[in-house]
Amino acid sequence: MITTDLSLALPEIFLACSATVLLMYGAYAGKNTASFVSAMSVAVLAVAFALIFLGDRPTGLAFGGLFIVDAYGDYMKLVVLVASGFGILMTQRFVEREGMAKFEIPVLMVLSTLGMLMMISANDLMSLYVGLELQSLALYVIASIRRENLRSSEAGLKYFVLGALSSGMLLYGCSMIYGFTGTTDFDILGNVLSSVVSADQTPQIGLIVGLVFVCAAIAFKISAVPFHMWTPDVYEGAPTPITAFFASAPKVAAIALFARLLSDPFGSLVSEWQQIIVFVALASMILGSLAAIKQTNIKRLMAYSSIGNIGFALVGLAAGTQEGITGLIIYMTIYIFMNMGTFACILSMRQKGTMVENIDDLKGLSKTSPMMAFALTIFMFSMAGIPPLAGFFAKYVVFAAAVNAGLTTLAVIGILTSVIGAFYYLRIIKVMYFDEPSASFDKPIGGEMTFVLTVSTAFIVFFILFSTPIMDGAAVAASALFVG
Amino acid sequence: MQDHILSIVTFAPLLGALFILLIRGDNEEAVAKNSRWVALWVSGVTFVVSLLLWTGFERGSAEFQFVEEVEWMPSLGLSYRMGVDGISVLFVLLSTLLTPICILSSWGPVKTRVKEYMVCFLILETMMVGMFCALDIVVFYIFFEGVLIPMFLIIGIWGGARRVYASFKLFLYTLAGSVLMLVAILAMYYEAGSADITVLLEYTFPSEMQKWLWIAFFASFAVKVPMWPVHTWLPDAHVEAPTAGSVILAGVLLKMGAYGFLRFSLPMMPEASVYFTPLIYTLSIIAVIYTSLVALAQEDMKKLIAYSSVAHMGFVTIGIFAANQQGIEGAIYQMLSHGIVSAALFLCVGVIYDRMHTRMIASYGGVVERMPVYALMFMVFMLASVGLPGTGGFVGEFLVLVGAFKANTWVAALAATGMVLGAAYMLWLYRKVIFGKLEKEDLKSLMDLSLREKAIFAPLIVITLWMGIYPPSFLDVMSASVSNLVHNYETAIAASNAAPMFAQVFGQ
Repeated sequence: MITTDLSLALPEIFLACSATVLLMYGAYAGKNTASFVSAMSVAVLAVAFALIFLGDRPTGLAFGGLFIVDAYGDYMKLVVLVASGFGILMTQRFVEREGMAKFEIPVLMVLSTLGMLMMISANDLMSLYVGLELQSLALYVIASIRRENLRSSEAGLKYFVLGALSSGMLLYGCSMIYGFTGTTDFDILGNVLSSVVSADQTPQIGLIVGLVFVCAAIAFKISAVPFHMWTPDVYEGAPTPITAFFASAPKVAAIALFARLLSDPFGSLVSEWQQIIVFVALASMILGSLAAIKQTNIKRLMAYSSIGNIGFALVGLAAGTQEGITGLIIYMTIYIFMNMGTFACILSMRQKGTMVENIDDLKGLSKTSPMMAFALTIFMFSMAGIPPLAGFFAKYVVFAAAVNAGLTTLAVIGILTSVIGAFYYLRIIKVMYFDEPSASFDKPIGGEMTFVLTVSTAFIVFFILFSTPIMDGAAVAASALFVG
Repeated sequence: MQDHILSIVTFAPLLGALFILLIRGDNEEAVAKNSRWVALWVSGVTFVVSLLLWTGFERGSAEFQFVEEVEWMPSLGLSYRMGVDGISVLFVLLSTLLTPICILSSWGPVKTRVKEYMVCFLILETMMVGMFCALDIVVFYIFFEGVLIPMFLIIGIWGGARRVYASFKLFLYTLAGSVLMLVAILAMYYEAGSADITVLLEYTFPSEMQKWLWIAFFASFAVKVPMWPVHTWLPDAHVEAPTAGSVILAGVLLKMGAYGFLRFSLPMMPEASVYFTPLIYTLSIIAVIYTSLVALAQEDMKKLIAYSSVAHMGFVTIGIFAANQQGIEGAIYQMLSHGIVSAALFLCVGVIYDRMHTRMIASYGGVVERMPVYALMFMVFMLASVGLPGTGGFVGEFLVLVGAFKANTWVAALAATGMVLGAAYMLWLYRKVIFGKLEKEDLKSLMDLSLREKAIFAPLIVITLWMGIYPPSFLDVMSASVSNLVHNYETAIAASNAAPMFAQVFGQ
């Protein structure tokens, strides 16, 4: 029935319509529309959030099985919407100051968010690809939005070329899978594969090759080692709030898609893909922690940090169990807040009207801006995984799943890399607290930055007390993936 | 109040820290003053409240007392469980006693960022007390690890010249050890199906698994104790830390590792403990003898006392793994007395450091002529550290040696040489600093202890002598829990055919 289809996809349809309307408004309403469009975009995302969160949501398949609505998708969509909302919120003041305020930026971000929601809800290789491309195309444009800036253009170009390559790999992998199973639908695919496995046959090699290609393409999107090369350059080159956006919402969407793909249709092939994920997780954790040590630019540092964090999240996926997916979901939720909070601090690093991005510029921050230094310290300790902050519980849940799934070696190595990672997080704290101040940052940092900082800090600090809704939500979401 | 006393003692300092954070004002001097007073009052009141544990604790019972339980993270199978038994209750009191003393001792010396300093100390108190009270293994881990945050900041912000190096070393050493423990904790949780320490104490883990778990816990606790050869962070941390930081470090934080051995390694992995006992003995004896010799060669007073701490903690680990009534009671007693005495010794160093701004032994001499009261107090603590009868140090070391003698004669004999060396370096230190001719010009204007400093030392002297003269006050608290522990341990060993590593070599 078309009406049920539409009601299932209501938040997505709402986002699509709103983005179009905002685009029209921006194009026809004349100059200086950027701030209004930006504010409206946040409002649109908030409405979409409310539609999912408050609405009495039906669940099930829509559009002939292309689109699925379940508790898992809903939870991940909420996380993505929060991340996107924070992202747009932090962008506006930055682009105004830098003289690059364009109404297209928030609209593109909304469109990219729409793509992410589509990815999360994809129940077919075709809709998966469409969602992924919508998300990526919008991001390519945003990465290179400062056309006159060499680094921004370079970032955009790198992102585009390598992104196109990964899309090609994804398509190639999809075609292999289609060729060997005769379907692109996740449910049928799952049935075919489980019947192969239950009949004790080895899956055809072509199918495995297709699966590897798909994994590689998605690993590229989440910047997992060995497909991470683009990350530091793009993070450094792109305008900072865009980097903040890159490091959060698309990662959540891609990893949500990854988890659905591997545990739903390919769930019965867990022994085939588990080793891939174990390797990717290990390599990401190790590289993320080692390569970050020598960085002096805080955006590059955050790029390696995000690689490492993705590695930790993948530990949950590598477990291949419902508990592991729960861990992954919790990890990504907490990661979003740590990441957004950290970037809110980075965006407030302005001296005499220009942005600074070196770690040394944070010297003595605890004296010049004590509250910001305090917040950043909280984020750094949390990223390092020190209890009682939220980051500890993020690591706890994924490693618990890994240990329970018998992946003790992975857990031990992974957790040791978190000690190496702690070193560079501590270095930032050291610079802020132990060193003497240099020039102080411009104040005030702005209401929306304060808002993002306050919300993130409160989330990280008080997670220990009020974790139940997130823990329970994640458990329900993960169980939706493992029904039948 | 009796029902929630542990939570009150644990979290009252945290509330105080939040309150201090709210102190605002443009006048830095006034903010500092208010922070100091709030911190002192909060920690003082916490100590007074914690005395209810002393009065209310039922002696002769091995059960956990003052137990609290609140559902906390049901989806992870964790609850907030608190409780103390004879082993842990005295450490809670040690923590609550030392915190106000630390705050009082920082009254004058700490002049920068007083507000943050006091916040760090109060948070540290919450973490320490919570760790000794926790009855859920993950809650224990959270407190255990959470200690690192305030300690890192205390050394890094208010420390000496090489504070960055020292704070990083402390943090990374400890973290590397304890993350391995986290993996072991997870494995235990899944094996036993519960994170409740009381359940885990009853559970028998498979022998092969015990060894791995034991190694993982050892990685964490050995760093924390610290045992040779992973003790190197301690002298650095002590030298660079502000006086109060050293006091807490030596007084309480070093006890966390040994407490961990007592709470987890010994009772939960008895077979592995038997297996690894030779390892512990070897490392402990090296610690006792080698670090005593190293202490003899030190030029910096704080470093000397830091090395003496490693040696004294070597006694503690010998006592714990002797695994008999005397050994374990002696180990706990030694920890308590060392907690008081080494804290006091660091305070003694702090007193003259505040006046002269040097810790070099060579810069002093003949201090007794200007500071007789100080010389007397220093002497009491110095002799307690040496283990003179009549002080707390004697009871602990004596019991440990008795326990060690029952378990292994050679270990007892070698450990006893450590006592001789201990006397050598402490007496040497005392003679160099206090006696001799007052020749150095800048020492001639030294002032004796102020009223505040006397107030700091008075309770410590009383407790040191009390522990030495009438040990039963303290032994009565712990004996039931210790004998229960020993009984369970021996039952578990008898039920298995556990043997120490290289059993044929050691002939046991």
